[in-house]
Amino acid sequence: MSEGVIKKFMYVNRKPPYGTVYALESLEVVLIGAAFDQDVSLAFIGDGVYQLTAGQSTGGIGMKNFSPTYNALGDYDITKLYVEKESLEERGLAIDDLMEVVYEDEDEDYAEKPSIRLVSRAELADIMAEQDVLLNF
Amino acid sequence: MKFGILINEGPYQHQASDSAYQFVKAALEKGHEIFRVFFYHDGVQNATRLASPPQDDRNIIALWSALAKEHNLDLVVCVAAALRRGILDENEAKRGGKDAHNLADGFRISGLGQLIEAGIQSDRLVVFGD
Repeated sequence: MSEGVIKKFMYVNRKPPYGTVYALESLEVVLIGAAFDQDVSLAFIGDGVYQLTAGQSTGGIGMKNFSPTYNALGDYDITKLYVEKESLEERGLAIDDLMEVVYEDEDEDYAEKPSIRLVSRAELADIMAEQDVLLNF
Repeated sequence: MKFGILINEGPYQHQASDSAYQFVKAALEKGHEIFRVFFYHDGVQNATRLASPPQDDRNIIALWSALAKEHNLDLVVCVAAALRRGILDENEAKRGGKDAHNLADGFRISGLGQLIEAGIQSDRLVVFGD
């Protein structure tokens, strides 16, 4: 194993949740990767912002609705979900159209805090530049 | 430099595997180290030894197998992605009660932790995909 090394891992989600398997299999990497105690964040850009939209219902297409899984990420200490503001706006979406994703902050008596952080394209570029490993899905 | 490689697309449909192959070959020729090549999403299809392209075309799977043999490469196929797409080694075929297995020489099936480890251990993780 790789003890002691902590790298900044960012999973960049660029595709809608259904239509292709990228979003679902990206989430599988995130969950497995959580066991490695790295500094993990997720970014949602382009059509990837649809992965976080509220009220997803997949009954009509015979696929599993895996969107509740995003809310479990906090239990894996994954608390940074960056959503690009311009990508939302370009699709006529606002933060209110997204699910509420929260985590419990151990340092503040387990207060619930939002995991979704709205950032501009320029801000996200800066955050990406700080990463050691970018995994694009 | 030590490279980790991630391939996210299947052969022929997409150039990702070809590009990754050329990259790995060039990197090795320049004296770089390839820590691991990890196959995910439809990239797992690069590991079927049953692929039978026409004779005047490249055989991407065979190219990977040969390169792995020559340079002792670690070619790892994600188990979850592989099983749902019908890429099986002898072990997995037995476990799933299937009548055949199709993993090509030089590949091995393992978990996603191998990808994360490649990210940690490599100087650069290079992703080939759509």
